[in-house]
Amino acid sequence: MKFVDEFRDPAAARALVRAITDLAGDNEYKFMEVCGGHTHTIYRHGLEHILPPNIELVHGPGCPVCVIPMGRVDDAMWLAEQPDVIFTTFGDMMRVPGSRGSLLDAKARGADVRFVYSPLDALKVAVENPDKHVVFFAVGFETTAPSTAVTLVRAKALGVTNFSVFCNHVTIVPPIKAILESPDLRLSGFLGPGHVSTVVGTAPYRFVPEVYGLPIVVAGFEPLDILASVHMLLRQIRDGRAEVENQYSRVVRDEGNVAALKLLGETMELRPHFEWRGLGFISQSALKVATAFADFDAEERFSMPGIRVADPKACQCGEVLKGVLKPWECKVFGTACTPETPIGTCMVSPEGACAAYYNFGRLHRETAILVGQGQGADA
Amino acid sequence: MKIDETAPRAERESQMLLKIEDFRQRRPRLIDEVVTMAHGAGGKSSAALTDHVFVEAFRNRELEQLGDGAVLTLPSGERLAFSTDSFVVQPIEFPGGSIAELAVHGTVNDLAVSGARPQWLSAAFVIEEGFSIDKLKEIANRMRDAAKAAGVTIVTGDTKVVARGAADGLYINTAGVGLIPEGRVLGAGLVQPGDKIIVSGQIAAHGMAVMLARGDLALEADIKSDTAPLHVLCEAVQAAAPDTRWMRDATRGGLGTVCNELAQTSGLGVILDERLLPVDATVLGACDMLGIDPIYVANEGRFVAVVPADQTEAAVAALRSHDEGAEATVIGELVAEPAGIVALRTPFGGTRIVDMLVGDPLPRIC
Repeated sequence: MKFVDEFRDPAAARALVRAITDLAGDNEYKFMEVCGGHTHTIYRHGLEHILPPNIELVHGPGCPVCVIPMGRVDDAMWLAEQPDVIFTTFGDMMRVPGSRGSLLDAKARGADVRFVYSPLDALKVAVENPDKHVVFFAVGFETTAPSTAVTLVRAKALGVTNFSVFCNHVTIVPPIKAILESPDLRLSGFLGPGHVSTVVGTAPYRFVPEVYGLPIVVAGFEPLDILASVHMLLRQIRDGRAEVENQYSRVVRDEGNVAALKLLGETMELRPHFEWRGLGFISQSALKVATAFADFDAEERFSMPGIRVADPKACQCGEVLKGVLKPWECKVFGTACTPETPIGTCMVSPEGACAAYYNFGRLHRETAILVGQGQGADA
Repeated sequence: MKIDETAPRAERESQMLLKIEDFRQRRPRLIDEVVTMAHGAGGKSSAALTDHVFVEAFRNRELEQLGDGAVLTLPSGERLAFSTDSFVVQPIEFPGGSIAELAVHGTVNDLAVSGARPQWLSAAFVIEEGFSIDKLKEIANRMRDAAKAAGVTIVTGDTKVVARGAADGLYINTAGVGLIPEGRVLGAGLVQPGDKIIVSGQIAAHGMAVMLARGDLALEADIKSDTAPLHVLCEAVQAAAPDTRWMRDATRGGLGTVCNELAQTSGLGVILDERLLPVDATVLGACDMLGIDPIYVANEGRFVAVVPADQTEAAVAALRSHDEGAEATVIGELVAEPAGIVALRTPFGGTRIVDMLVGDPLPRIC
């Protein structure tokens, strides 16, 4: 795979780690990676143990599956169990626990739940099954919202009447603000989200340096991208700068994707407020289907229970999503809550901090370094 | 065990890791009320179902070994391996093979990695009303050819037809018997620190070939299933490395799952080197695009062998002398610590865990 090899070059990585170690000196730094995709890369490639111990990467709220509150999962299961409904969803959402099990359980009990790779596939299911009503469970940040928007436009153009979207799209800036307002955390800077920024651009993050005086670097998803971005953050700090920088310029343009933003504006509108798992209600932080597309809005077509369900007492996903707790510091991590029997959302999605740590990172630092250097285990 | 809340952070993390290991070693509990797809995915849920329903009901010494095949001793002292497998792959044909080859290879390979020389197979068919007779003939002929190539005879069988909608086309079950040569003993209990892990060829092609053949993804790539009989390669390894400790074919759950079974049953640590994992560039590209780790993708013609370090070179050379083993390579080794864990050294010099697969994204792959 030529196009990934150059971003996984060990020699370049070593050089970057040396430069990072020099710049960091003896100071302690705490950088939050906003995006779950970054968390996944960090653990999958063992970056946490390659970086010097005085640089701590704190995992942020940017995992779309993780932030969906329990009540919305319950609504999704209620929808899936309605007669003549085919409920479609991304695979990850199937295992997210609501208060009565997950969509996977609903499927085993007889509900017609199918996983799709794209909302357009869900629309296809609707066209192929005219005697059923097909609901698509839309989740995700601005990254995936445009594909839902395209689907809404397509459904309207086709005159499909048996398709609707249960919209749970959220926006990236409000949770970053919420975290910056939280007194629990002292951050030195942010690794800005990569995929979201392909849509929204880099301008929305200007408040991070301008209001909070912190540097932010929009980062790519290959291991070298992460290291290069950490290096850029440290350089800003050394130079006394706080700016929005774009490390992922091969993909992200400063103005974002204007066409996608326009489409979002036409098909969706901001909700006054939305509940985030662990973070509570955040105003103007989520999207609903626009009035002009109300025929395709599952919330308009069905009278869902819409009951707010408190997170399980034992679950500390909220603290993990805010970066206040490391996954392993949660009371139920790895014992009552595992990828097989998740209690909280962070243990479900591969982008969730808990799942990433459990699946990839669950190694003692010294052991990891020993193995990484090939000592005592030279194949 | 209790975590000392007053200890420094790094110390608390270590204590937590030990506590998690303790939990991981416990027998999985079966808490579900109905069977879900997870129970068929080969991970912990599957283990829980097998343990609490079937082992519980059928309990005996041979079954409790939970190997790929049961090893049975005849009154004469000769030993047999006996194994069975069902095939529900969808679609029934895919690039590089079909349900016919899988049905033969699956059982032949379970016998071969048990140390046996496969001899006889049974074949049972569950057919949905409306299935084409021509297609059925073709499948039978393909099974005959596959059996011939694998050196086994299909000596008994059964046919059942169910109403339209009660099955999806065709399901096949095969069972097989093989003879274990005198003096040959394999088992995870024989595995020692310092032993090397060999994989017989490039991984992940079968699962990706079937997945792409379903056509649900707007993705096309020239990927062929690796389905193949492994009896010749298994014999070659054992001839070249007479102290071969353990073998397992890397089917459902892929290489990652097999290595976890090895770590848990041997009580040792498995260290893999990502740079050494043989994955075809096209397969790796398709996996990357779909966000699937090739280490968990099913194979139908690949196995893992554990051999002593000083016999490794001979074993790899023996495998490579066959076309099907041309890409065979050492991928890692066994260590005393971290016990029970599979760790992967990334090309970066980083390290990560490779755990059992949870929530198989690719059901009905075999």
